[in-house]
Amino acid sequence: MRPQEQDGRLNGLAESSYTMASPLSSVASFVQKTLVIAELEVRKLRHDPTELLMRAVQPALWLVIFGEVFTKTKAIPTPGQMRYLDFIAPGILAQSGLFIAIFSGITIIWERDLGIIHKFLVSPTSREALALGKALAGGLRALSQVVVIYLLSIALGVKLDWNPLGLVGVLVAVVLAAATFCAFSLIIAFIVKTRERFMGIGQLLTMPFFFASSAIYPISIMPRPLQVIAHGNPLTYEVDALRTLMLPSGTSTYGLGMDFGVLLFSTALLVTIAAQLYPRAAT
Amino acid sequence: MSIIETNALTRRFGSLTAVDRLTMSVEPGEIFGLLGPNGAGKTTAIKMLTTLLPPTSGIAMVAGFSITRQAARVRRAIGYVPQMLSADGSLTGYENLWVFARLYDVPRAERESRVHKALAFMGLEDASNKLVRTYSGGMIRRLEIAQSILHQPTVLFLDEPTIGLDPLARKTVWEHIIELQASYGTTIFMTTHLMEEADSLCRRVAIMHRSKMVAIGSPAQLKAAIGGNGITLEDVFVHYTGDTLEAGGGYRETTRTRRTAKRLG
Repeated sequence: MRPQEQDGRLNGLAESSYTMASPLSSVASFVQKTLVIAELEVRKLRHDPTELLMRAVQPALWLVIFGEVFTKTKAIPTPGQMRYLDFIAPGILAQSGLFIAIFSGITIIWERDLGIIHKFLVSPTSREALALGKALAGGLRALSQVVVIYLLSIALGVKLDWNPLGLVGVLVAVVLAAATFCAFSLIIAFIVKTRERFMGIGQLLTMPFFFASSAIYPISIMPRPLQVIAHGNPLTYEVDALRTLMLPSGTSTYGLGMDFGVLLFSTALLVTIAAQLYPRAAT
Repeated sequence: MSIIETNALTRRFGSLTAVDRLTMSVEPGEIFGLLGPNGAGKTTAIKMLTTLLPPTSGIAMVAGFSITRQAARVRRAIGYVPQMLSADGSLTGYENLWVFARLYDVPRAERESRVHKALAFMGLEDASNKLVRTYSGGMIRRLEIAQSILHQPTVLFLDEPTIGLDPLARKTVWEHIIELQASYGTTIFMTTHLMEEADSLCRRVAIMHRSKMVAIGSPAQLKAAIGGNGITLEDVFVHYTGDTLEAGGGYRETTRTRRTAKRLG
């Protein structure tokens, strides 16, 4: 190849994608690049799925030990006299998605300490696509937990709703919520910048998110201040959606429209913030 | 017309001036070396030219585009290999390239052939389906260069391309850089603190010292300028930077450099 020819083509490429960039083609490019980033993370998982297997242990313990014990003691009032194990199965699904997502920002710190992130930032990929791709990847990882929780639920005799539309709803809710927490995790990673601080803050935040939600007990039995926090917590809306869609006896407290609305809004908001902070990782 | 042109390019971090009024130009198709002790501002300069870091003041044009006003266009025209490890160890060599072929909008029909061509060019065809974490340091560097030439950039930025490599691997990387320039006419802008590297690869070099550029010219010109026979580029370097071959860096940079060296080795 001659240098001139190469220059010509390169300029041609650059020109065409700029002078002819219609709103539609830039949206297409954004979607395509977001998917590339997400697929990249999924490929990594395929090479080494041990992490996902380990992630199955924690929800199993929660359901088998905590769930069984509290079902027997009947210590927690559930709406409509629902069996406690049925009540927390969706909560534990939400929880394990949260745990996977909230620590996903650590990979950004890793990529920053190496030079990987610099290379992505130098490529013609919008910061929004980078952030959304990462968040989406977090969402896809959390999907593995749906399989885990459904299998455990069957084994423990939880009555599940197998309506296909409901199942799709469950998948969407899990992906959206995990994407929200993944974006939140990215933001923290961009701010704290070191692995040690990140782990500390991650630990600190996980429990409040989990406990100040309707995951393992109804919000109505919480003290008033905690109730307020729980209503600002995206996990509450995820749990509400999951409880409605997973269980035949489930009824939504806030309405599915509200649940998905909150999850969509929080994902959009946090991904936008993460995208703004992305370039900081290279300095 | 110069392919890279900077005018009083400056970057400050708080009270520290990392790059102070850098004015220089690089001609199309040349291998240009930016030399200087650790902490002289080389990496900061390269980060500004690659649009990673906005300058505090001054202007720079890369491949005919302004790094501040036309950053997106600069990004399409350049390739960049950071000093630190930038290939992903948990993916195969092929996947590392595939990702960037897509991010750089290489047309679908050409993607496969470009990835294979780049792998073949860097001598990595046989290892393309192995995870990068099993690669040697020299192979990782070559993969990183392959990653950054997929979209056929007009300018390729290499930040300390041979840091942490053993002499043999270093020589292979040099050969590939020379071949890249010769067969594609790519302009190569590299930083290094190895005088031997600069002397054997670069047509022209600039020396930075304490955030300022103190000399620019071909290695031969610079040697002649401080006179006498038997002068090496190393002597030139010491002449302009004092005895600071070892100065600068600090804990953070040293840990990074060491870690890069360790991961690559």
